[in-house]
Amino acid sequence: MHWLLLKDLQILRRSPLLVGLLVLYPLVVALLAGTALSSGPSKPKVAFANLVAPGEAKIELGGRRLDATAYAAELFKAVDPIEVATREQAIAKVRSGEALGALVIPADVIERLQGTLALGGGEPPTVEVYFSAENPLKQRYVEATIDATLADANKALSAEIFKAAAGYLNLIVAGGKLSLPLVGDVDILGLRNTQTIIDAAITGLPQDADARVALQQVSRFARLAAENLDVSKPILASIGTPVAVDEQVISGSGTSLDVFGVEVAVVVSLMFVGLLLAAGMLALEREEHAFGRLVRGLVSRTGLLAEKIVLAGLCAWSLAAVMLALLVGFLDLGWAQTPEWLIVLAFAALAFGALGAAIGGLTRDVRAASLLAFMLALPIAALALVPAGAVDGALYDLIAIVSGAFPFKPALNALDAALTGGALLAPLGHLAALSAAFALVARLSLRRFA
Amino acid sequence: MAASRMDAPEALRAEALCKTYGARRALEDVSFVAAQGELLAIIGPNGAGKTTLLQILAGALAPTAGRVSLVDHREVGWVPQQPAIYSKLSVRENLRLFARLEKVADVDGTVIRMLELSGLSERAGDAVGNLSGGNRQRVNIAVGLLGDPAVLLLDEPSSSLDPRQRERLWDFVSALARDGGTTVVYSTHNVVEAERHADRLLVLADGELLFDGTPAELERATGEHDAIDFEGAFVRFLRVRGH
Repeated sequence: MHWLLLKDLQILRRSPLLVGLLVLYPLVVALLAGTALSSGPSKPKVAFANLVAPGEAKIELGGRRLDATAYAAELFKAVDPIEVATREQAIAKVRSGEALGALVIPADVIERLQGTLALGGGEPPTVEVYFSAENPLKQRYVEATIDATLADANKALSAEIFKAAAGYLNLIVAGGKLSLPLVGDVDILGLRNTQTIIDAAITGLPQDADARVALQQVSRFARLAAENLDVSKPILASIGTPVAVDEQVISGSGTSLDVFGVEVAVVVSLMFVGLLLAAGMLALEREEHAFGRLVRGLVSRTGLLAEKIVLAGLCAWSLAAVMLALLVGFLDLGWAQTPEWLIVLAFAALAFGALGAAIGGLTRDVRAASLLAFMLALPIAALALVPAGAVDGALYDLIAIVSGAFPFKPALNALDAALTGGALLAPLGHLAALSAAFALVARLSLRRFA
Repeated sequence: MAASRMDAPEALRAEALCKTYGARRALEDVSFVAAQGELLAIIGPNGAGKTTLLQILAGALAPTAGRVSLVDHREVGWVPQQPAIYSKLSVRENLRLFARLEKVADVDGTVIRMLELSGLSERAGDAVGNLSGGNRQRVNIAVGLLGDPAVLLLDEPSSSLDPRQRERLWDFVSALARDGGTTVVYSTHNVVEAERHADRLLVLADGELLFDGTPAELERATGEHDAIDFEGAFVRFLRVRGH
């Protein structure tokens, strides 16, 4: 068998274009995945027109002056702003495609905000957002980004409002100084001080004084009011985030997006190299008319098949190992799990090699084998990435069965377990069973070869 | 010459060979014997069963019924119709690979001998894919001879060759039988070529063996002893037998 293995390696060495593609493909995928995962999503370009006059972006809240432009700065963290002077210019940027969306802050927004905060009534402050409907995906992306940022700004503003409200409540309960425009500082007695003064006044009254009962009622009111207003602080605090979220992972490993991206990139490359090599090299024996000569006593059909699976498995494993090592280093995922992921890659490479050999056994030439491998690989990968809940329950069960019948999903699960320290036995057993099953299919398909 | 070869010891015996593909019968009760050093041509129209018969003799295909026995148990060399060699490898690399797979004792010595025998020593380093059809066929035959076979089976060996290459091929094959004592069984469409080079002819049509004898006997069997056109005589022979 080793002479055939050497022969195939020799043929691969003489096929620089094929080998170049097989080597470059996973490396490029690894670099792209690594770059994408480590640099984060790119910011969408958004035209930004702030029509508020300079110096008028301050709002009064609880005696403090807040700068509304600080909230615009929050938005700039999520988008790449193109600052323009007018609403028309902002809309023009969207129409020309230069910006995915436009955000316009009207001139009266501060005045309206001040009115809302001062409980003065009137229209609430409104910002204007413009999208291009040319590309629904882009529209949704920019919309979501601006909505999320405005939600953050509203949350931050509500936190400031809560602080001001809490200060007022404290003043009413405990007393202190309140600064008012034009009037200046005013002393507020406070409910507790009121109760203390009234209680002292009650003590100085005769036991049968008529005013005692009335003053006792006022004292009780002051006490109850102070106690209950203290309780109202947490209620006010809940206005900003009335519903808290308690997130718990109940299935799966809770893999981060970075690690999942690495796993997908590696398994996709492993799949293509394993499938294409095994299918192509087995079909080549038929295309070169050498199959009949070989199996006439020089090598058994099973031996020939094993050679192709080992060849494809070795090449796929080597490339995937280099690729994963690059990504692990690139994303600083740590090297402690290296033996585990090397074993997983070996099992997965053999499973893809066996599937490739089954494809090669069904086809007469290399082109047909490659085409069939591609046509099979793409839906297998796509189906394996369909998340639970994205489709109807029965359909998802069917997808899970189909995905489980091919090595992509088990390879993804095994690699995930290897990288996150999960249990390896079940996914490795699954891959081993698939290897055996596809090797059997390939062996049966070789009976058709003459 | 032909008579003396036919008196030689038996090298190959086919007994009642049958091969069916589903309902279709590709071979039906074919029996013959080939002597050591004999050149035996299998002729017949397309679909007669020539390739099937050679594949069964080579052991590449199992017969549905019947058996093949070899007197000398050395390897049977098989040269399929399409060159069964690797176009990305050089002539030498192909010969070395198959010599190793044949478990030839002296690989390098055998490769040199085959290069000389096929006249391809000067092209030894060339990729087979860059050779002409004739040279590719010579490599194909050289690979079939690597195991020093007692019986060499050739499936339409001259079909892709020009007249000059055909002449060189038959000189080469005749020398193998004449000088090396190799029994050569080949199939061909070219009845003139078969008449000219073969010691004996097997005529197959629709899987049935219609004739087993010398070219002269076939000519006599057509009933036209003076026929100059052997191919015409062969066609008439088939026609009167319903093929």
